Amino acid sequence: MTFINYAAREINCKIVYYGPGLCGKTTNLQYVYDRTNPSAKGKLISLATETDRTLFFDFLPLDLGTVKGFKTRFHLYTVPGQVFYDASRKLILKGVDGVVFVADSQEARLEANVESIRNLDKNLKEQGYDIATIPYVLQFNKRDLPTAMPADDLYRKLNIKREPTFEAVATTGAGVFDTLKAVARQVLMDLKKR
Amino acid sequence: MSLPDLVLYDEEFRRIKDSLQRLASDANANVVFLVDKNGQQIAAVGDLQSLDTTSLASLTAGNVAATDGLARLIGEREFSILFHEGERDNIHISIVAQRVILVVIFDERTSLGLVRLRVRRAMAELEKVFEDIARKAEKDKQALQADFDSPFAEITDEDIDRLFSE
Repeated sequence: MTFINYAAREINCKIVYYGPGLCGKTTNLQYVYDRTNPSAKGKLISLATETDRTLFFDFLPLDLGTVKGFKTRFHLYTVPGQVFYDASRKLILKGVDGVVFVADSQEARLEANVESIRNLDKNLKEQGYDIATIPYVLQFNKRDLPTAMPADDLYRKLNIKREPTFEAVATTGAGVFDTLKAVARQVLMDLKKR
Repeated sequence: MSLPDLVLYDEEFRRIKDSLQRLASDANANVVFLVDKNGQQIAAVGDLQSLDTTSLASLTAGNVAATDGLARLIGEREFSILFHEGERDNIHISIVAQRVILVVIFDERTSLGLVRLRVRRAMAELEKVFEDIARKAEKDKQALQADFDSPFAEITDEDIDRLFSE
């Protein structure tokens, strides 16, 4: 749900990074955080376990500048990827405006990717959204690993509606901003139709 | 397509701010703010300098969402009041009109009893405001469905590119 504050002239949008455990959702956010001008970002909040697995969510507020005189604020969230945190994932999808699906390119994680997309579809439906119409971008992460599957194969298996798809190495930042920009574009363009 | 779900106009925004301001001074609280259930901050008053209100909003919403989940697990609809007690500062959280979250931060200069009392009055006022917002939104929807006067109708690719070049 985009929150438009006419009084303060602000648009607030919520973007959620989704994907299987250890696919690099938090790493995406960390890179965005590291590379953003301090005046444009808030604190990166990470509710993680002692072993750095996301427990509830990570949160990063970003001020990107103005569109048509309105300040745009993007609130980036990640979900915990591990299967048994499904209840938390549902909560975080509440009020989402756009989703980035971060897929792990390794062959051994293909099944986990497929399962996670299925889980996303189901959880979106429960919140009254449709994966077919919500702003949605796909990222193939970990392209630098020798065990990464060919991007074409991944595309055939994971792309569901010809959504924009990006290859990335979140640890070095390759593809991270392209992904964010693509989802931001879809979310803002979506405002046009309202 | 539908209109955006929550649109806040000047008049309601002012009423909300007035209400929060009154609550802050009547309850002698440090900070009072209002967040929607998705973690977007709607308004805040009080001593905000030392406070990261964006993070506070997001964590409050997460907290309420998790507590809602707990409530449903044991067959409750919601826990409408949450209270966190610290050594110096305390947080009182209550849910207004089942859709927004009212947060009061206070210290030893006031008491939980007074805060609860004042919160109750503020909640009644805020509920009224949100009823009006809902009514307005409904009216807008009917009247303007065809040509909602959105300032974003003209967004171009260049506008979006510019956002990321800064």
